[in-house]
Amino acid sequence: MNLITISGPPSSGKTAVIIKTAETLMQRGVKIGAVKFDCLHTDDDIAYEKAGIPVKKGLSGSLCPDHYFVSNIEAVLEWGLKEGFDVLVSESAGLCNRCSPYIKEIKAVCVIDNLSGINTPKKIGPMLRMADIVVITKGDIVSQAEREVFAARVHSVNPAAIVMNINGLTGQGAYELSTLLFNDKHHVDSLKGRKLRFSMPSALCSYCLGETRIGESYQMGNVRKINLEDN
Amino acid sequence: MASKEYLLKTSPKDLLIRFPYLHAFFAGQTIQLEGKHSLSLQEIIQEIDETGLEDNAFDAENFLNQLQEFIEQMQAFMGQSKNVVDSLTILPGTDKSGTPESFDQLVFEKSKITSIVGPTGSGKSRLLADIEWVAQGDTPTSRTILINGEKPSTDWRFASGKKLVAQLSQNMNFVMDLSVIEFLELHARSRMIANETVVIQRIIDAANDLAGEKFSANTPITALSGGQSRALMIADTAMLSSSPVVLIDEIENAGIDRKKALQLLIGEEKVVLMATHDPILALMADQRIVIKNGGILKVIKTSEEEKNMLSVLEEADRKLQLLRGKLRSGELIAGFDQEKTSKK
Repeated sequence: MNLITISGPPSSGKTAVIIKTAETLMQRGVKIGAVKFDCLHTDDDIAYEKAGIPVKKGLSGSLCPDHYFVSNIEAVLEWGLKEGFDVLVSESAGLCNRCSPYIKEIKAVCVIDNLSGINTPKKIGPMLRMADIVVITKGDIVSQAEREVFAARVHSVNPAAIVMNINGLTGQGAYELSTLLFNDKHHVDSLKGRKLRFSMPSALCSYCLGETRIGESYQMGNVRKINLEDN
Repeated sequence: MASKEYLLKTSPKDLLIRFPYLHAFFAGQTIQLEGKHSLSLQEIIQEIDETGLEDNAFDAENFLNQLQEFIEQMQAFMGQSKNVVDSLTILPGTDKSGTPESFDQLVFEKSKITSIVGPTGSGKSRLLADIEWVAQGDTPTSRTILINGEKPSTDWRFASGKKLVAQLSQNMNFVMDLSVIEFLELHARSRMIANETVVIQRIIDAANDLAGEKFSANTPITALSGGQSRALMIADTAMLSSSPVVLIDEIENAGIDRKKALQLLIGEEKVVLMATHDPILALMADQRIVIKNGGILKVIKTSEEEKNMLSVLEEADRKLQLLRGKLRSGELIAGFDQEKTSKK
């Protein structure tokens, strides 16, 4: 079974890209399953089901969604193996744009959209910088020049990645992506001992533990202060 | 080829002298690299403590790999003479039912226009995707695309900044909050062209020539009218886009001189493909292809007879435009018939 991790900012078109790509794989008889990771709520599982893709969803609730991802991806892989999929896709939103749930040697795709602004590539951390493939969506509604500038910005932060434009509505480019994702000679049987491509953030302060009161005396642990001095 | 050892022991300042294009790469980093003149990259990285690395989500190994990759790609890019595409050739595949397409080969030459007709869902997107992906018998249609009559390099698929097709469609908008000149500067810089100011002025002039109403270099792009936006998009794509093939999805018949727009693209030696059901546009093309059930059904060369029809249609169109102009300036529409009879 192939495992593919797909992430990207909220509403960038991850689900649409995955479903369009999965459809072209299913037409070729490839068995595909998906797991959607999100924080508070998602209806994307319904979209997957409608497309005929077996899906599980995981909501991290009060926990950091990326930490939640790492603690569950092994079990998710086992589910996929048990179901006998040829390809298992994990979809997760990069909620604070800092981390990435990418695993070394596991194909990593980042989905971002042309509407998010040209400075966005710089604002996104390892989720964009360490992806193998960057998919840019919503190209059908911005000008050619903006598409070119956006792609150049993506290239400047991740020159090693393959950059593709995909239209999540018509599926243009999805077939092409599918040929880069599925490799019937590549198998992942276990994730034990594998490593993340980048460490998760350190976040251990009193607010992580449920503190809601504001004030110096309630702050404990890893706390940092904003610099408001004149430069 | 710059080794990692070399990169590490050199300062960003010296790297910029040797590789000026690294400005773009350094600017994209979360840690500050320019300005620390005397320090080598290694010293700069060592200066950042672990918290700093974590805060900036900075991974030194990944940074070095990407830096090396960027330099390698840019060197290759600079070394290339322009990506000249004189022609695209499509070798036939099959339609959705598996029936082979009936043409031997279909050639799109630069400075020529091909129109594409067929109902929605007939396979226009698929054809375009085949061209964009430079299909080698490995897409659902099994078509093969040749560039200059030869099997193309895989760069056309994978290299960033080397995309075969630029697109212009009706529902495209400018979304950036910039003036025309700032916007064009941004685009020109991303393309790293040499004679930036000259090209930008040419684009603004050309766009103003296409649009009915003039706009200035300082107009915000989001404040342009529909016709002005379209004119700027076309002029910019003609002169500043790196893609040798331009796909146009209809050009509306208002606020823009469509014939001039096409001539501009042809003049810049683009291969022009145009999806349209407007007879005037379709007949301006040198040939048109008819798409049905996912396949190319027919290739029609625009005949002399059809070209003659074009002038009749253009005359009718000119009259409609005239009426539109009268309507706009508050005149009465009466007198259209008289004008027609008086011409006879």
